[in-house]
Amino acid sequence: MRTRFQQQMEELREKLLRMGGLAELAVERATQAYTERDLTRCQLVLENESLINAAEREIDELAFDILATQQPAAVDLRFILAVTKINADLERVGDQAVNIAERIMDLIELPEVELPVDIPRMATAVSAMVRRSLESFVEGKAELAQAVLEMDHVVDRMRDEAFINLVRVMNEQPQVTQQALDALLVARNLERVADHATNIAEDVIFWVLGADVRHHAQAASAAPRPEATGT
Amino acid sequence: MGVGITVEHLNAFYGKTQALFDINITVQANHATALIGPSGCGKSTFIRCLNRMHETIPEARVDGMVRIGEFSVYNGTSATQLRRRVGMVFQKANPFPTMSIYDNVAAGLKLNGFRNRKQLDEIVQKSLHSSALWDEVKDSLHKKSGASLSGGQQQRLCIARALAVQPEVLLMDEPCSALDPISTGKIEELIFQLKEQYTIVIVTHNMQQAARVAEFTGFFLLGKMIEFDKTEKVFTNPSDKRTEDYVTGRFG
Repeated sequence: MRTRFQQQMEELREKLLRMGGLAELAVERATQAYTERDLTRCQLVLENESLINAAEREIDELAFDILATQQPAAVDLRFILAVTKINADLERVGDQAVNIAERIMDLIELPEVELPVDIPRMATAVSAMVRRSLESFVEGKAELAQAVLEMDHVVDRMRDEAFINLVRVMNEQPQVTQQALDALLVARNLERVADHATNIAEDVIFWVLGADVRHHAQAASAAPRPEATGT
Repeated sequence: MGVGITVEHLNAFYGKTQALFDINITVQANHATALIGPSGCGKSTFIRCLNRMHETIPEARVDGMVRIGEFSVYNGTSATQLRRRVGMVFQKANPFPTMSIYDNVAAGLKLNGFRNRKQLDEIVQKSLHSSALWDEVKDSLHKKSGASLSGGQQQRLCIARALAVQPEVLLMDEPCSALDPISTGKIEELIFQLKEQYTIVIVTHNMQQAARVAEFTGFFLLGKMIEFDKTEKVFTNPSDKRTEDYVTGRFG
């Protein structure tokens, strides 16, 4: 048993979970800030970003060390590759939360208007995707990750509806164009968070099953095996 | 050119103790195939069954079928005939200590009655080129003994000696385990080049070495072939949990 190696792998897992917690919190704060027009939460999201960036570097460094010194193979190699990719996606989730917070800070400055877009509903769906993708990582369960992939279409539809409705508002009520544009950008940022959650889920499937399901690829079927028995 | 190896229902015994159980495997010609597994798993026994060295141990015996190309190893063929087609390199380099570098390489041919000096010179030079040793020893072929070379050079000398008899298959039993990383790198580079002309089967404890040099890898455990597949599959997504536990170091 490679005790030191297993300790490093556990450390990597814990660091990624902490990073996941930070990214999840950033999205949650940003969406609450939208509902409550809360500047303080927006500022918290902006401050949180440096923590996420620092966590990203730490995870990359540890993964790099393990690859260089332990030569992991099979499920361990897949785990580390998945962690480095999930790490990059979580950092981008943090960036999207910052983008959302910036748009909300802009919105707060403007008169409040009623817009035909249900951002809280979309945010709830996106947060659930992030949470479940991280749960699939914690549990190491491909079926949980698969459920996240299926949720992505729902969020895509919400984004499409938001675009249609908000563009119509911009045409019909030019005086609220700025607010509609901010809301549209928030919807787009949320949809991108959903894309990152989808990537995370795909990486979990790769780690657990060794199957590449990106870009709607079917799980790779095993290549024809050379003839061998003896068990 | 190398030839393929077919093994069917191979069982090997040391007295009453069975060391290999019903091994079936097809080794592809002109490829490197690595055999991995913990100590005592049977991988060295297996490789020694391919050139009938197993039976040199008292009370050791083999049943089953081994074919090197179209040549049946255990059916009416002498061990001497076989070993002309199947060269072997061992864990510890074993040059003939009192012989010159030249004579070490030429030993197998001379033993077979080969006396044509000009052709012998050509084969020795070609073999030393093939084992990537020529440039280092060309000025001292007759002056230096095989034993005067460094460990890595001695191992490449043994490879040249094996190649001189123009085999079709080269068996390597932990050829780098006593070598430093630079010498190991040279041997691995050599394996890459040699498989264009020979079929190589290498037993190694170094899993990274198997991953680097071999297209196919077999995992042995307790005398059984647990898994045999393309090397990248064995090291990224093995089919058997026991293989995964071994290649990830969870074993034992």
